Amino acid sequence: MSEVKPQALRAEALEAILIEKGLLTPDAVDGVIAQFNERVGPMNGARVVARAWTDPAFKQQLLSNGSVAIEEFDFSGGEVDKLVVVENTANVHNVVVCTLCSCYPWALLGLPPAWYKDPAYRSRIVREPRKVLSEFGLNLPDETDVQVWDSSAEIRYLVLPQQPANLAGLAEDDLVEHITRDSMIGVARL
Amino acid sequence: MTDEISLQGVAAPPLINGELLFEEPWQGRVFGMAKALADNGLYNWSDFQSVLIEVIGDWDHSQSDLNQPYFYYDHFLKAFERLLLKRHLIDPKPLADLITTLTNRPHGHDHSHHTLGVPP
Repeated sequence: MSEVKPQALRAEALEAILIEKGLLTPDAVDGVIAQFNERVGPMNGARVVARAWTDPAFKQQLLSNGSVAIEEFDFSGGEVDKLVVVENTANVHNVVVCTLCSCYPWALLGLPPAWYKDPAYRSRIVREPRKVLSEFGLNLPDETDVQVWDSSAEIRYLVLPQQPANLAGLAEDDLVEHITRDSMIGVARL
Repeated sequence: MTDEISLQGVAAPPLINGELLFEEPWQGRVFGMAKALADNGLYNWSDFQSVLIEVIGDWDHSQSDLNQPYFYYDHFLKAFERLLLKRHLIDPKPLADLITTLTNRPHGHDHSHHTLGVPP
């Protein structure tokens, strides 16, 4: 006899029947879960960035004291006792790592991507940041100063990406969907 | 796609650090199924949410013990099944038959969804 939970059996039966009827494919189910997590995970961070892009006073506060600035959002999930936000500019590019383990601003960016925990990323981004960033598809001009920020249990970093010119004038809510997780870690630009 | 799914209120899915929280694999499957069918236009997500709110409401009213644990995805599964039956997207008999078949299969069977046949 099966020892699987009754709910699991019901879900399995429903999925089999819906597939048999041609109403569903297993890939569609996998796709929903993946897309949902991709969107929802970094959404809190994207809201913070969008606010900073549209509200200069908030941006100033965010850069001077990130933890205090994000209090108004009331994000749950903790992991941001001390948040330091570093701003990308025309001349400076910031990227975040945790060389010791995988400290990460979870409440803002969801779960860290697998590569963030990879020992290769954690050691190489410090030694050869330009090369690692180019492997992510981000080729920075020689004159750009690359700054690598090492997270710890006490301090979590978030990159404030530069607002692309084509997003100028958009409302805060409309900006959110354009702001990616990788741009807030610093391995991509928008 | 998340625009349609409310992350607040009684029918919101549990999240941890902004990620959907599935404590067991079947919970992810049933969430994915419900959303995929809505994406395919078989019903509106708001229709599903209404049924879910109804199911959770029924459960609330039937509880004499306020400390009874609340399992979101149990309600989600019940609401999904109720909506499928209501819309005649599935029939109760083949579903019951398949559940019986699955319940009686030997332990250590192949879990693959692709090899599962639906009884006639």
